[in-house]
Amino acid sequence: MSKKVWLPWPPGGRLPLQPLPKVPSGVHGLDEITGGGLPRGRPTLICGGAGCGKTLFAMEFLVRGATEHGEPGVFMAFEETAEELAANVASLGFDLRRLVAQRKLAIDYVRVERSEIEETGEYDLEGLFVRLQYAIDSVGAKRVVLDTIESLFSGLPNPAVLRAELRRLFRWLKDRKMTVVITGEKGEGTLTRQGLEEYVSDCVIFLDHRVTDQTSTRRLRVVKYRGTTHGTNEYPFLIDEGGISILPVTSLGLAHRVTNERVSTGIPRLDEMLGGRGYFKGSTILVSGTAGTGKTTFAAILARAATERGDRCLYFCFEESPDQLVRNMRSVGVDLKSPVKSGTLEIHAARPSTHGLERHLVTMHKVINQRRPDVVIVDPVNNLVRVGTLLETQAMIIRLIDFLKARGITTFFTSLTGGGDDLEQTDIGISSLIDTWLNLEVVKNGGERNRTVAIVKSRGMAHSNQTSEYILGARGVSIADTYLGVSGVLTGSARLAKEAEDEAAARVADRAIVRKQGERERRRRQVEAQILLLREGLDADDADLAGAIQEGHVRLQAETLRMAKSRPAFVARGHRGKAKGPGVRKRR
Amino acid sequence: MKRRTSATARQKQAVSAPPERWELRLYVAGQTARSAIALANLERICEEHLKGQYHIELIDLLKNPRLARGDQILALPTLVRKLPAPMKKIIGDLSNEERVLIGLDLRPLGREGT
Repeated sequence: MSKKVWLPWPPGGRLPLQPLPKVPSGVHGLDEITGGGLPRGRPTLICGGAGCGKTLFAMEFLVRGATEHGEPGVFMAFEETAEELAANVASLGFDLRRLVAQRKLAIDYVRVERSEIEETGEYDLEGLFVRLQYAIDSVGAKRVVLDTIESLFSGLPNPAVLRAELRRLFRWLKDRKMTVVITGEKGEGTLTRQGLEEYVSDCVIFLDHRVTDQTSTRRLRVVKYRGTTHGTNEYPFLIDEGGISILPVTSLGLAHRVTNERVSTGIPRLDEMLGGRGYFKGSTILVSGTAGTGKTTFAAILARAATERGDRCLYFCFEESPDQLVRNMRSVGVDLKSPVKSGTLEIHAARPSTHGLERHLVTMHKVINQRRPDVVIVDPVNNLVRVGTLLETQAMIIRLIDFLKARGITTFFTSLTGGGDDLEQTDIGISSLIDTWLNLEVVKNGGERNRTVAIVKSRGMAHSNQTSEYILGARGVSIADTYLGVSGVLTGSARLAKEAEDEAAARVADRAIVRKQGERERRRRQVEAQILLLREGLDADDADLAGAIQEGHVRLQAETLRMAKSRPAFVARGHRGKAKGPGVRKRR
Repeated sequence: MKRRTSATARQKQAVSAPPERWELRLYVAGQTARSAIALANLERICEEHLKGQYHIELIDLLKNPRLARGDQILALPTLVRKLPAPMKKIIGDLSNEERVLIGLDLRPLGREGT
């Protein structure tokens, strides 16, 4: 039995710790997923079905490389002529003719027509190499796109030669340190029809275009990326006038900075309920409630409060047109017209069904990136569920929240709760992402429907535990005092009756106090009168005493005088004798 | 046997008609063995079938890479028949004479009458 020996690998040393060098792809969002872009100096295969955006993807890679990263590129087209390509991507804002004129881009259209070609012996594809080399040299290219090299398989009679030549081609491109993007059509059960993945094993990205419930969604997945970690999910992407955008555009982590700054809700009593100072700036606020509970009004009031502070506010409205919103809010005394006019408030309205889910979110991302608002309102967020599936929407909302949080934008979502649902459950299940959650409810009582607001949660602040009634009046929302009755919070007429009752009781109490005060006053006066009387008595006594003392003095003097008259000398001597008294007595 | 006669017939036809001018271009990349074989094969075939009517232009793409684009050259060696129209393209080292003749329309196979 031989002993198993583990040989060190790599032989004689440690693995190099240098990360794989990458080039920014230029496609919005892809660099986040791949951790920096496509592998530098290596080929990447972009595959997918017809119309999934392979060519545009490849073109954006070249155009962004040429315009933003200083890396000129060569586009070798096997399917479309340079003119067709230029026309096709002009709608994305790419001006290929200008780039070609500036020598930042070379386009070579390779046409292979099977019927025109007669094979008469041995050959190779050196012509392709020559052309590629020429194109690379003409612009000093760092990036190369081959779109779609598979068409050679239908154009050239001998696949064995072609396969050998393709292998040589990729080796050749690697030797020249070209970052290459190859496109390939999806095959049955394979990534590409001709098995291109066999040659390109460094990075494979799969694009998909599928239709669910009549709504089309494009998706991207990094199938493999040798030597690096990458996001493995399917990410929705979008092609529009700005090129390709992949969500998420933001980081995949939870590392946003927070602030202690507060923003007013626009309703003073609600501010009080939220620890006295309103929402946290940059937090995510959800207002949920059934139909007609005033969610939009809360949103509009926040918008007005924000614009009055001088903040910029974006209002995404999925139910009403901007004009309708402005008109309706005027009826509750919330003026949105002037902030719209001054440009601090922007209302973007769209039917949820007009676009796919990801287009809505990408549009929102775009507008937010352009306008850089302080407050974003989405009203209502769960209308988006109609466009995608629950899971998709949830994922998208999470990404949107991350995106907004990373920018410190205060976000206000409204969410319509269905009549029969648990009121404290949002149907998109985003509650765990929400910082402050207000629940609006309609309370049916005594033939009335009244509205109440309660704070379900509010992270990081002491907040009221009370359910309070609020009233939509001509001057906006006012929150009434809370009365607790036998069956809970009193609302509407019941509250008014209670208020009247309280008022009457207060009046009775007031009267009792007045009466008591009067009584006390009387008593005080009585006591004071008594004090006066007693003092007068005392004064009289004092006077009597003084009189008596005086009288006593007078009598004594008179007595002395009388005695002196009877013994005059004694009195005189006595006077002296009294003075000399002791001396006289000693001499005696 | 039959093929050869028909070819000769066509050749005679070509000779009897006002003489056509054959413009041929052979694209190669460098002085490789394969390009030498191709050139030798081409000259031999032309001498045999198109004596006095042809002109061969040898284009080395290593020297003139920009020319590859004009005639959509991919495989090498490639022989292009510029004249008579329509343009024809033949790839390979031309060692299969049969197919070269078909490719140049010197021996139409099953294309009689077109």
